[in-house]
Order: sequence, then structure tokens, then C-alpha cells
Amino acid sequence: MSYSGWIIITGVLVGLTCGITGSLIVLRKTAMLADAISHTVLLGIVGAFLVTQSLNGLPMLIGASIVGILTAFLIETLNKQGVQKDASIGVIFTTLFALAVVLISTSIGKQVHLDTEHALMGEIAFVPWNRLVFRGIDLGPKAIWMLGSVLLISLVVILLFYKQIKISTFDHHFAILIGIPVTLIHYLITTLVSLATVASFNSVGAILVVAMLIVPGATAYLLSERLVHVIVLSGIIGALSALIGYYFAVKWNVSISGSMASATGLVFMLAFLFNPRDGLCIKLWRQLNSKG
Amino acid sequence: MHALEISNISVSYNKQPVLENISFTVAPGTLTGIIGPNGAGKSSLIKAILGLISKRSGEVKVYQKPLSKHKHLIGYVPQRNEVDWDFPINARDVVLMGRYRKIGFFKKSKKQDIEWADQCLAKVGMLDYAERQISQLSGGQQQRIFLARALAQDASIYLMDEPFAGVDAATEKAIIQLMKDWKANDKTVLVVHHDLQTVTDYFDHVLLLNKQCIQYGTTHHVFTHENLEKTFGGRVSFLNQATV
Repeated sequence: MSYSGWIIITGVLVGLTCGITGSLIVLRKTAMLADAISHTVLLGIVGAFLVTQSLNGLPMLIGASIVGILTAFLIETLNKQGVQKDASIGVIFTTLFALAVVLISTSIGKQVHLDTEHALMGEIAFVPWNRLVFRGIDLGPKAIWMLGSVLLISLVVILLFYKQIKISTFDHHFAILIGIPVTLIHYLITTLVSLATVASFNSVGAILVVAMLIVPGATAYLLSERLVHVIVLSGIIGALSALIGYYFAVKWNVSISGSMASATGLVFMLAFLFNPRDGLCIKLWRQLNSKG
Repeated sequence: MHALEISNISVSYNKQPVLENISFTVAPGTLTGIIGPNGAGKSSLIKAILGLISKRSGEVKVYQKPLSKHKHLIGYVPQRNEVDWDFPINARDVVLMGRYRKIGFFKKSKKQDIEWADQCLAKVGMLDYAERQISQLSGGQQQRIFLARALAQDASIYLMDEPFAGVDAATEKAIIQLMKDWKANDKTVLVVHHDLQTVTDYFDHVLLLNKQCIQYGTTHHVFTHENLEKTFGGRVSFLNQATV
């Protein structure tokens, strides 16, 4: 596989994984939780390194999941104690992220080859060089394996708990009443988001991964009338944005991850303006017609 | 045997008492209207009974067993504004939710489940809208979808939170018809209701609530001008006395 081929596959996998899991949090109206988690997982990555002294995939995924759940838990605890929801998110995510930044600025940062800029922006161009070698056999870039596993886990979890996710997202109280463990489902989705974030982290970084998590879901939400369509379409839009973004990044010689994230915004704008059901243009058209 | 036994329910929110020591028992086959001013804790009472908000104290028994053992006997119609009506789902899928306990959470809905959902939709006059995305329905139609979901639960006790609020005449009729059917089948219904004019027409029992249980009993005995003044303070005087 060529160098650019790996980058394209990585981008598409990021788009699929983040798009699918992100659509769930858009539907649950907890999109800003994704913003928080995308930053706090950095603490999970550093923490995993401190414990295992390595930068292997599995400890990183576990560390990120733990910190992701911790983030959601702390935000909810503050909120229950009377702190406003958005303020709770702001307090928790900056504090945990700042802690990670402090740790990275010490000697640990040099050992993990992480710096804050890399953490924020990612660098998908380096992905093809960081390879998984097993018994001397080159199995391709590590990021592909990590993204592929997380995508598979997400699909299995969503398929398995589809009904529970659907009901608890639509009608929280009714879900409790018919015996759905709503808190468990909430943390399950939080975990999926954390996994998607950490797997995409190296490629697109903490800020741009938020675009991949939220924008495809928000776009699919405009275009679909069924939950399953939102999830699938969100994945497709994520992948498509990665392709469009890569094309323009090469054409204009600009940041690949930045271009991919911008593409999600572009696709969203198109859907917002031109979607045939209730896009802005069709609304204006109807208004004009009803007046005339 | 009592259908519902509520003892000493107290609820606080941010240390402010919302409900204080509510106790009453409900006989099967009765239609109870829960009446009280804004902020009296009517919705909170329903949610506390269902265990959806935490109680400071109190106990709920459903057909003589603790609620947790008999949860499947309870059907619930929440206030319409409590869910996101833009959610990507159609009417039939919402109704099917009422049957998920029977279907099982990890199994696909069978043909008879879908037929069951459609029967429930038909009973509230919404079968033609089964495939509609719920945001495309009017407020009254959305309320009827919730009713159909409650029907699909095939419960013994139904709790409804302001089902009559802001609905059209067709929906109002559908709700009244449903309550009559339920009563005829010895099912028990509790409804949070705010329109005092219709209380005597709709309900055979009334619970007057204002943080405390002012009184519970048959509409004939409880729904008196004197009791209403106790419940609403002086504010009831502007009401048409003839309806009371």
C-alpha cells in the first residue's frame, strides 16, 4: 500500500468510527460531552504511559475509557450538586486537560513523544510510519489496527444494545420504567466516544476529532427520519468528509487533518441549506410561495 | 384489594420540600384526577410514585407488592414536552416501545408485535400515521401516539401527566374513550389534570394536592368549593361556582 493510500484509509476509518459513535451523542444532546472527552482522554493516554511505561494501543484505550467515564461522572456529580451543566463541563474538562498538559511538559512528555501541539492538532501524515510489527512481519500502520478494532467494538455494541440506546435516548423516564439500565447505557456510549477519540487522536488531534464526532452526526440528523439511518449516514458522511478533505489538502498543500475537519463543516452547510425536507432554501422557497 | 397504596411520600428539590407525607390508596377500576395549583407537585407525585425521581421517604405498593416487583403492571404517559419530538423515529416504533418488555430487548419485533402496535394505533385513530416521523404530527396526534404506547404496555394501572393539555377535540375524545374502556376492564387510572371545569365529567375520584394531600375520595364528596379553596388558596373564587 502506498503512503497516501494508508493516509486515506486512516482518514476514512476516523470518519466512520467518529461518525457512528458521534451520532449517538448528538441525538442525546450531549455533544459538548464529546468536546470535553476529546480533551481529557489526553490524561488517559499519559496515565496509561505512566502505569505501563509504553505507548501500546490497549493500555491507551483502557486509560482513555477510564478517563472518559471519569469525565462524564465528574460533570454529572457537579451538576447534581447545583453547578450549571455547561459550567460543570467547562470546569472538569479544562482541569483534567490542564493536568495532562502539565504532565506532558515534564520529562514524561519527552518519553511519550507527545507535545501539546501534536495532541491538539494530530498529524495524520506521520501515521503510515508508525507500524505494527509482529514476529518480524509488518502488519501496516498501528493506527489502522487501533481504529479498525474500535470501529468493530462500536458496531457490535450498537447492534447489541440498539433498542436500549434508542429508548433511553428518546424517552429517558420511560426507559427507566420498562427496566432499561439507563445509567449503564449512558456510560457505555461515553466509553465508545472515548475509544473513538483516542483511536483518532494521533491522526487528527483533540480539537479536530470533535468535528469528526459532532458534525457528521448533526448533518445526518438533518437528513434522516430513522435512527438506523442517522447512525449509518453519519458514518458515511464522516468517511466522505475525510476523502473530500484529503483531496483538497493535497491539491492546495495544506494540513490534512484540518482539511478533513473543514470538509465536515462543508457537508453540514450543504445539508443545512439544500436538504429537501426542511433545508433553509426549501423553507425560504415555501415562504415565498405562500406569500405570492 | 388496593391497586395502589401510597404511604408517606416526601420529596425535596434543592432542600425545598415539594411533597410532604402523601398517603392515599386507590381502588381498582377507578379514574382519579390529580388536581392542584401550579407548583403543587402533581407531576412530581407521579414521578415519585414511578420511582423516576428520588424520594426523601415513602413507599409505593402495587397490588400489595413493592413497585419493583410489579413494575410491569404500570403504564405511563409522560407530559408531551418531556421528549424530543425531532427524534428520528416513526409513530409505530414509538408504540412498539410499549411492548419491548414482552418482545425482549435483544430480539427483533415479530409480526404479531407489529400487528399489536397497529391495533393500538387504530384504537386512538392513528393507524394512518404509523409510518410518519413523529415531528410531522400535530401536538394532539403526538399525544395519541403516547396513548397508543401506553395501550401497548397492556398495564393494569395507568399514570398520565396532563394528557389533555393543549390537545384538539379528537384527541380529547380518544383519551376519554380510552379511560372508559380501561375502567370497564377494571384498570386503574390516575391523571394529572388542570382543567377544573371538566373534573366532574372525567373522573370518579379526585386527589386534591398542594404539596400535601388535601383530600382524596370520590369526586362527589371531595370536589367541593370548600376543599378547592383549601387547595388553591383564595384563587379559586373566580371559577364558575356552578361547575363545582
